[in-house]
Amino acid sequence: MIMNQFLILSAFLFCVGVYGVLARRNGVLVLMSVELMLNGVNLNLIAFSARLHAVSGQVFALFIITIAAAEVGVGLAIVLLIYRNLRSPDLDGVDQLKG
Amino acid sequence: MTPNFDFHALAPEIILSATIVIVLVADLLFADRERWQTPRIATIGVLASLVPVITLAIDGTNRVMFANAAGSGAYVVDPYALTFKALFLVAAYVTLLVSVDYIGEGDYYQGEFYFLLLTSVLGMIVMASARDLITIFVALETISIPTFVLAGWRKHDPKSNEASIKYYLIGVLSSAVMLYGMSFIFGFSGSTLLTDIAQFASATPDVAPLFIVAIFLTLVGFAFKISAVPFHFWVPDTYEGAPTPVTAFLSVSSKAGGFVALLTVVYVGFFPSVNSWQPVLWVFAALSMIVGNLVALRQTNIVRMLAYSSVAQGGFILVPLAVAQDGRASAASLEAVVTYLLIYAAMNLGAFAVVIAVSRRTRSAEISSYAGLGQFAPVLAILMSIFLFSLAGIPPLAGWYAKFMMFRAVLDAGTPWAIVLGVIAAVNSVIAFFYYTAVVRQMWFKEPAIEGTRSVEIPTALGVAIAICGATVVVIGVYPQLFGRLGELARF
Repeated sequence: MIMNQFLILSAFLFCVGVYGVLARRNGVLVLMSVELMLNGVNLNLIAFSARLHAVSGQVFALFIITIAAAEVGVGLAIVLLIYRNLRSPDLDGVDQLKG
Repeated sequence: MTPNFDFHALAPEIILSATIVIVLVADLLFADRERWQTPRIATIGVLASLVPVITLAIDGTNRVMFANAAGSGAYVVDPYALTFKALFLVAAYVTLLVSVDYIGEGDYYQGEFYFLLLTSVLGMIVMASARDLITIFVALETISIPTFVLAGWRKHDPKSNEASIKYYLIGVLSSAVMLYGMSFIFGFSGSTLLTDIAQFASATPDVAPLFIVAIFLTLVGFAFKISAVPFHFWVPDTYEGAPTPVTAFLSVSSKAGGFVALLTVVYVGFFPSVNSWQPVLWVFAALSMIVGNLVALRQTNIVRMLAYSSVAQGGFILVPLAVAQDGRASAASLEAVVTYLLIYAAMNLGAFAVVIAVSRRTRSAEISSYAGLGQFAPVLAILMSIFLFSLAGIPPLAGWYAKFMMFRAVLDAGTPWAIVLGVIAAVNSVIAFFYYTAVVRQMWFKEPAIEGTRSVEIPTALGVAIAICGATVVVIGVYPQLFGRLGELARF
């Protein structure tokens, strides 16, 4: 089994996700980018799992899918709160606290 | 593989899970004027799950669940796990005491608060036993996800929203980076069990560069959780925007959860490949101490000051880990980290509890509002001085013993890099002294800014919380052997 194409695809997905998180201003699109990163991870795990015949990689991927759903649920709720308070899902408007 | 459930070993988790369900349902069933019962149920549940922790400690056998042929498993109850379970449950108890009146007097719903807090604590006590990448990931998310919601507790306050979204985005980003690293570690070692990863790392002395990158990515994920510089940007904003009891919880319990994960992964999993993880932790430790302390110097808000101070304290806790060597010195390092974490929890929770008590009177978190606290609330001022001096590491308070253990671990290691880090830590202890004493000077040598000498009213629960922290800090400082024994016991 050839591994490289899976690893390159997952690395690409992960990088697109990182770019999206850093560059996007809309809260919902940032959440989608996080999902892309996690799917890159899942692809990695499943490819390794198939190559090594080790089931625990697929179990790991299942846990990631489940927890990512919970995480995005919480994230959407927070973005919704910001939308209600600021009338915009734009994350640049959230700058009252100065780090 | 047939799963073997040891119900005695799982009793703390089971009792806490049952409490979580009861708290959630009870909040639904109680009439509005009976809502004050919810925190009582939560408190009883936390104390009840401490009981099996104690009986397991008396029993003393190491219990391994989901064990493989070699006898190492994904879920282990050993002295290390029990020490941290006890720490997390006691810290949760104190956090509950601190929050009861704060949440009860606010105009937001109560039941969910305790539900979320306890869920996060459940993640922590699972984390203490986790010896497998999957379990560690699930525990870490169980700790984090409820705290994202807790940080945004004041729904209509844009500052609280901001605290929440910043914490959330950096939290999920760091888990994604951590998972990417873990996926490669799984790819190399073919197993998610930490002991198998350690076997792989010791069997192949010159590992592939990609394995080192994978370890680096995993550590970066944990660095966000323990707020190590350069991954600390969310800390001051989240701490300031979140409700103060939640901030106390984040800075103590959630951070200790991240440290436990880091300790387990490094000591059980990555340890043989020492050159891949140690330089990374060395840089984190040095930067956290330097940046945390220097920025804390020019803060005017006490919560932000304590936020940067906790970043710096995180650096101090990392020092023994960053110099850990094979053999005897490695045990000394583990002992130093564990002791420092336990003591840090007591003094930082105490400091935040006093901040909450004072803000009930002054309605402000500015350091200038502490002027003359020694006149209108002498007891609080004395206790605050104790906590701050302890954080600064002045004998005979607990923080001194924590720093002593840290420097002893550095000397035990004795390598040139360890000595350099020790010098950085020593210089930073002196810098830290300035901003802690600045608050003490405000309290004792300035006139009060607000009129009237009405003293601060402290509710019983908050008073008990402050008393517990204060007693711990003083007793350990005077008689450190009591705690040193705990640090020694906490072995894998």
